[in-house]
Amino acid sequence: MDFTLLLFFLLAATAVATALGLLLSRNAVYAALFLVLNFATVAVFYLLLGAPFVAMTQVTVYAGAIMVLFLFVIMLLGAEKLPKGEALPWQRPLAIGAAVILFAEAVYLLVQRVRLTAALPDPGTWENSMESLRQMAGMLFTDYLLPFEVTSLLLLVAMIGAIVLTKGERAVRS
Amino acid sequence: MTPSDLLSILPLLVLVVWACALLLVDLWLKRKGVTAFLAALGLALTAGLALAQAGEETTAFGGMVALDGFASFLNVLFPLSGLLGIAVAYGYLKRMNIERGEYYSLLLFSTAGMMLMAHAADLVVVFLALEFLSLPLYVLAAFARPRLDSEEAGLKYFLLGAFASAFVIYGIALIYGATGTTSLSGIVAAIEAGSLGTSGLLLTIGAALFLVGFGFKVAAVPFHMWTPDVYHGAPTPVTAFMAVGAKAAGFAALLRVFVTAFPALDADLTPVVWVLAALTMFVGNVVAIAQTNIKRMLAYSSIAHAGYILMAFVAFGNPATRADAVASALFYLVTYALTSYGAWAAVIALEKQDPSAGSGQAASGLEINDFAGLGRRRPALAAAMTVFMLSLTGMPPTLGLVGKFYLFRTVIEAGQVWLAVIGVLTSLISAYYYLRVVVVMYMREGAPETTREPWLDFTWAVSALATVILSFLPMALFAWASAAGVMGF
Amino acid sequence: MSIPLSWYLLLSVALFCVGLFGVLSRRNAIAILLSVELMLNAVNINLVAFWRYLDPARMAGQAFAVIVFAVAAAEVAVGLALIIAVYRRRKTVVADEIDLMKW
Repeated sequence: MDFTLLLFFLLAATAVATALGLLLSRNAVYAALFLVLNFATVAVFYLLLGAPFVAMTQVTVYAGAIMVLFLFVIMLLGAEKLPKGEALPWQRPLAIGAAVILFAEAVYLLVQRVRLTAALPDPGTWENSMESLRQMAGMLFTDYLLPFEVTSLLLLVAMIGAIVLTKGERAVRS
Repeated sequence: MTPSDLLSILPLLVLVVWACALLLVDLWLKRKGVTAFLAALGLALTAGLALAQAGEETTAFGGMVALDGFASFLNVLFPLSGLLGIAVAYGYLKRMNIERGEYYSLLLFSTAGMMLMAHAADLVVVFLALEFLSLPLYVLAAFARPRLDSEEAGLKYFLLGAFASAFVIYGIALIYGATGTTSLSGIVAAIEAGSLGTSGLLLTIGAALFLVGFGFKVAAVPFHMWTPDVYHGAPTPVTAFMAVGAKAAGFAALLRVFVTAFPALDADLTPVVWVLAALTMFVGNVVAIAQTNIKRMLAYSSIAHAGYILMAFVAFGNPATRADAVASALFYLVTYALTSYGAWAAVIALEKQDPSAGSGQAASGLEINDFAGLGRRRPALAAAMTVFMLSLTGMPPTLGLVGKFYLFRTVIEAGQVWLAVIGVLTSLISAYYYLRVVVVMYMREGAPETTREPWLDFTWAVSALATVILSFLPMALFAWASAAGVMGF
Repeated sequence: MSIPLSWYLLLSVALFCVGLFGVLSRRNAIAILLSVELMLNAVNINLVAFWRYLDPARMAGQAFAVIVFAVAAAEVAVGLALIIAVYRRRKTVVADEIDLMKW
């Protein structure tokens, strides 16, 4: 068996397993750590696909910054415990139904109907080179200039929001 | 990027810069009234600039945004709705001890997000605008902290909003996969080139997920479950702003994307929209009957009105009725905005902090029965409220009737007579709970305590007058909405 | 043999559905937010795979993926702030006690 193929199956299995681990763990810290593992696995997929910049961003921003923030908040609040049997009686079957139906439908559509046969284009010289990073940067500052600037505003708003929501209550006259 | 790029989104830029500056200036302002005034000034300036842009048609930033009739119509509507949002909030924030300058900056940012949505000609911008208008709203919904119900409303709105945007972005990713582009004109070109083959199905699934995500945003049944709790828990001025602004922005995105990019998917999407609209009108209006709390009742009323606007979408596939569909949906949005702001202003006039409860507790004066005796105590306010209830039902002499007339006409022209029949029947059902408020105000004895605040009184008075007067001369407004029905990108 | 595009899409669908299930079945706000992150992650797999297979010359798919990262970061910041605010007063983030599912 081909090495990439083996790698793909191994990684896919890990990704799904860690996602299920997130779902099933009764401790929020474990759940968050499973998600970190999932993100790291997905980062390897990005490397396989020839997108090193996205892979590194995934590791540093997603698995790094965002998940550390999560863990920090969970531990700060002491909210590790995810009580058992937390779902309403009707809720779990409904959720299983929705997820399973959606998944089965998607598999059917993708395998039977859509048949995406796009062949993997030849990796040009740009793959995993500085050239791809240069192109990416060029893209962000030409075609994607407006979206790029809007993301900066988005982060500003998020910052203001977080401060407004957690600022000490003495600021409020009461 | 060229100066003409910047010029084409000038109102939006001015508003964003103004919001950032306001954030800083507010630090030195002791009196928050000045902040409110400055915020209102910024919105007025934005609306003026947007009005001056009317008639221009261009695209900018490499096709990311478009300036056309549609955008400039909504770019006037959104700042005006923001202005009313400030007018109803000004006294309320003081009264409820939650007066903080960030309220106004966040409201300005959210309005800017809505305006970006009106401009969007690329799905990336649609997604970013959705986030940009939603994030401030999550915070505003929780703004009355330490009031528990407000914080919970914020959290619930956030969780459902994040869930919904995951659907939207997954849909956009599939559309990108099917057509190889995210720009609306590129999607149309790819469909017309007929090279999609089997990935056309991928496009349909993407469009369906997009519709689901925005179904949450505009509160269409069966994605409406968050609405009553969030509208109930959030501070009432925020609820008013949310009910009008977020809904209008959601419909702006749906209208723009459906009409410009998806007409080819007409056969697949129209039945879905048909069912969504019928369900939304029916469930919204029937469940509203059971409500005793005015905020919850108006929340279900807002769900029902999302259903009426959704009706316009059954006409999006037919080139002959497409422009009418956009025009009647926009006209109805204006109608709903005016009426709904007025009704919420009346609710705010009756709302007060519950003296028996602690500082962290909810407000009182929000039951429908609290309106008893309003007809005697505040005749003008009761008359205005009567106008709003009539308009929401769609009865003369109000703008609501005209709006519904245009909507039903569009639906019938599109050949969906049964949907129009459902619309009329559910309007009849709605008369029951809207008129109940009127009956309570005039027929029951009671001594409601109301607040008199100049800006609040101004809001309901102007809304009521506009609702009545515009109903006698709707042609000018409809002509403007029709001009907005032509989208270039 | 190279990996077909549809395998990546299947993986993405699987992760999206697990996340969807998590959101619908969990009532702890933190667990719900973690599940939403999983769903966004699934979106990015799609974007990068589509880019690689369909349009490798333009960087649009990758640029989009990076923008999704930034949006996710902003969302999480606001979400965690809301969770902290609610938790401070309630000493719980379990959504049934905060009526989240009282739909």
